Amino acid sequence: MSMKATVRQVDSITVVDVSGRITLGEACKELREVIRGQLGKGQKNLLLNLADVTYIDSSGIGELVSAYTAVSSQGGQLKLLNLTKKVHDLLQITKLYTVFDVHNDEAGAISSFRTA
Amino acid sequence: MNPDASIVEVVLESKLQNVEVAEEMARSVSAKAGFGEEAGYHIEMAVHEGVINAIYHGNKEDPGKKVHLKFMVFEDELEIHIRDEGKGFDPSTLPDPLARENLLNVSGRGIFLVRKFMDEFRVESFPGGGTEVIMVKHLTSRIEPNLRRNRP
Repeated sequence: MSMKATVRQVDSITVVDVSGRITLGEACKELREVIRGQLGKGQKNLLLNLADVTYIDSSGIGELVSAYTAVSSQGGQLKLLNLTKKVHDLLQITKLYTVFDVHNDEAGAISSFRTA
Repeated sequence: MNPDASIVEVVLESKLQNVEVAEEMARSVSAKAGFGEEAGYHIEMAVHEGVINAIYHGNKEDPGKKVHLKFMVFEDELEIHIRDEGKGFDPSTLPDPLARENLLNVSGRGIFLVRKFMDEFRVESFPGGGTEVIMVKHLTSRIEPNLRRNRP
């Protein structure tokens, strides 16, 4: 299963629902384009919903880091929502869990942008 | 050939599509060897990263160079060999992805994950070119001292 990223707006926050495999190649490229596209439109508060991500490799993790730094460098915030166990474990192993602001419920994640 | 091992091997072209072929083989072999879902995922991930490393960093995507993948199933462990035809690398020179200054690097986590997910890891270089990554996963639940076989 390849990766799919669907963008929706919740209040002023851009939620990107990501599903499938985030791996080296087209998937990473597509995710990068979606993030850069939103930044290009001035959307600087992004919430990546990873609930349906079935697999992520080291390149996919790198792409999340790349997205994080791209958003941060523009004064925005990128947060993660609904990590699967696999993604959660990988972020723990790579010590990135402390870098990302991770949430388990969408409403809480959305409101965290308002209070940030 | 080691008489104690059941061996599955394949030679792959240096194409990204072949990473999924290698993963599928890893899934199949690890399941037949008796690994559970989580260990199977770790093996699949290690093979995924190892083959990507061989294609991109070893063979530099040269279509004339191959990736040699071998699974050796022992009674108490699975040994995997991934050999490229490149110039080789020294894993001790790879930057630590957990170091504060490297934490936000976009790349450099592949071999780190292989080390984390497998029980043994080593790299051997061949005089005529080519590097072999060798990784082992123990079937810990089955290990009994008197069943452990002699290694080659």
